[in-house]
Amino acid sequence: MKNGFGVFFAVVLALGASWVGLVVAPVVQLGTAKQATVLVTGETWPVQRTGEATLGAQVYCANGCVACHTAQIRQEGATFEIVLTKPGKNPVAVTNLLAGLKLSGLSKDEADAAAEKIKDAGGVTASYVHPFGADITRGWGVRQSVAADYLYDYPVQLGNLRVGPDLANIGGRMADANWQLAHLYAPAAYVKNSAMPSYKFLFEVRKLGATPSPDALNNLPKEFAPADGYEVVPRPEAKQLVAYLLSLRADVPLYEAPFTPNSKP
Amino acid sequence: MNPADNNSVCSAKIDASCRVPLLALFGGAALWLVLGLVFAIIASLTFHQPEILAHCPFLTYGHAAAIANDLLVYGFAIPAALGVMLWIFARLSQAELVLPIVPVAAAHFWHLGVLVGVGAVLTGHSSGYTWLEFPRASAMLLGVAFVLVAVSAVATFGQRQERELYPSHWFLLAALLWFPWIYSTANLFLVTTCPVRGVAQPVINWWFSNNLIFVWLALVGLGVAFYFLPKIVGQPLKSRFYALFAFWTLIVFGTWVGIPAGAPVPAWLPAISSVASLLLVIPLTAVAVILCRTLCGAKVASLGGTYCYMRAGSFLFLLSGLMLCVTGCPQISRVVEFTWFGQAQVQLQILGFAALILIGAIYDILPRVMGTELPFKKFVNAQFYLSLLGVALFVIPLAVAGVKQGRAGYDPAAAKLWLMISTTGLLFLLLGALLLLVNIFAMTLKWKLGLVKMVYAAVTAPLETKEVKS
Repeated sequence: MKNGFGVFFAVVLALGASWVGLVVAPVVQLGTAKQATVLVTGETWPVQRTGEATLGAQVYCANGCVACHTAQIRQEGATFEIVLTKPGKNPVAVTNLLAGLKLSGLSKDEADAAAEKIKDAGGVTASYVHPFGADITRGWGVRQSVAADYLYDYPVQLGNLRVGPDLANIGGRMADANWQLAHLYAPAAYVKNSAMPSYKFLFEVRKLGATPSPDALNNLPKEFAPADGYEVVPRPEAKQLVAYLLSLRADVPLYEAPFTPNSKP
Repeated sequence: MNPADNNSVCSAKIDASCRVPLLALFGGAALWLVLGLVFAIIASLTFHQPEILAHCPFLTYGHAAAIANDLLVYGFAIPAALGVMLWIFARLSQAELVLPIVPVAAAHFWHLGVLVGVGAVLTGHSSGYTWLEFPRASAMLLGVAFVLVAVSAVATFGQRQERELYPSHWFLLAALLWFPWIYSTANLFLVTTCPVRGVAQPVINWWFSNNLIFVWLALVGLGVAFYFLPKIVGQPLKSRFYALFAFWTLIVFGTWVGIPAGAPVPAWLPAISSVASLLLVIPLTAVAVILCRTLCGAKVASLGGTYCYMRAGSFLFLLSGLMLCVTGCPQISRVVEFTWFGQAQVQLQILGFAALILIGAIYDILPRVMGTELPFKKFVNAQFYLSLLGVALFVIPLAVAGVKQGRAGYDPAAAKLWLMISTTGLLFLLLGALLLLVNIFAMTLKWKLGLVKMVYAAVTAPLETKEVKS
């Protein structure tokens, strides 16, 4: 390159290409996304957050929770299972057929072939989808996270480091608000070897009045409980944060992330 | 006067023209480097004792870790790089710095912007995007300041005597164009009142982060190294063609990296990124060839000081690039995704590669622009060994922690010991950074005292008799 224009040209070409590819194209492709439809029930997804949960998202952002928690479930694939729902007119033939067929842990093609055979014998089948992957085995989620899950988030905090567990489906797997509050106050009391600092500043330790506060944390283990005559009351921020955590769910089947709820393989 | 003398007088004039802007940029940068490492240590205390700062709403782990990273990049690396660039442009152009007052003002805007940003993150007003935590007011100050410095740098570039560009020119000019583009795009799409919807946000955030931490730092670091290394070893960069090849492949492939495999976005995005990160092996090989051919067989008089910094920094770039490159491989990325491994790569890029090269350059430039020796010359080598030890003790444990964590299914206990070791690395790095700060501040103080003395002498000097009217 002989002069400054050469460098300018190189930058415009290289960075311009990735700008179009990784900035403009995703904005065009995803920026017009609409609510997705939940499979089977036909409801729309995601559900708009309540006001309190929206404020909680700001508390989550303000305290930098994203430094240690991701909110995205990965899935390595899915297996299919064929289930007989009606034996049909010739139950004996269908039963004999079923005895010789592999019905779970199938690929899509195998599942289709098995269903076809049973259909030919007169049986009616349903097919179940079971996503699998390390995150799902760990119990962090039931299916992978997809773009539709984050439609209403601002900022979208996917995170890139898992010092703590993934939170994409925390509202689905730990739906007890009291547990969540108590865990924020004293994580070590509820999770062995927890690396999480306590968020005591989201709570107020105050003298018991004539009547105890209805919000006070009431079943803290002894070594974490306040002194006699005191109670731990969550501040509004703590309640908002918990409302947000409970709103974090990725547990409905979608077209791009299908699964059969309540069916263990 | 022979031409050589003329040349050195000219160089002294050029250096002097850079004095005030460079002091403003480097002084702040050294201070932010120390503070950034202090925040990094505060953050890492959480691994030893999670409850240690639980009562302080300002110093949550999320705040301290974000501020540490932002201070290392926005506080230290960028202003230090801008200062070094201004000087290199002036020297390569054989011309005095054009509009020196503009970068002085810009340096103050920049440091003010960083201060505002840190205050905002501490008080919980972070924007929530990685590497873009600073709020709008701060981002505007940073953007304006960068453009102002770039104007002065490009104007100086325009004054050059030789029309032909050096390889350093390509890298550094590209860096000057790169940052305003990515920073304005990211801020306009994300940190505004009407951001883009859904997962387009993290995609843009990943694009920005990679283009800042990998590409921008690589452009600056290599540009600076390709200026100093040939000068120190006394032979030209070998070769110009390889440098051109490395430049093109670095910007063409590097800019697409960054979208993690398996992210909840349309599958073509992570697919492109994985391929691009594997292709990084091409520019990395080219840089390795350049370094080997330029440095091998060179008879270098002094095996200390700037040369050590430049050589170590360039080789650490190869290592950091390789770490990024292997994450394009699905078998590896499946183990190390969401672990400390990625953090190790980022920290190696910043504290190993960029910081070593920039600090080496600062130690070379400062005595020239100030026209005096460094107040504490022995600190230069001391800091080099401290930094190298610090980087090793910080980055290697983090990478090991990442692999252990990934294999243990993100069990925090698996990585704990290694994270505790990494704190010692930060302590060594902090010690090294303090040496730089002491050197720069002692030098500034001496210069300011000199100015005061000069003014005092001028004021108190007896008037010459011939000027007194009778």
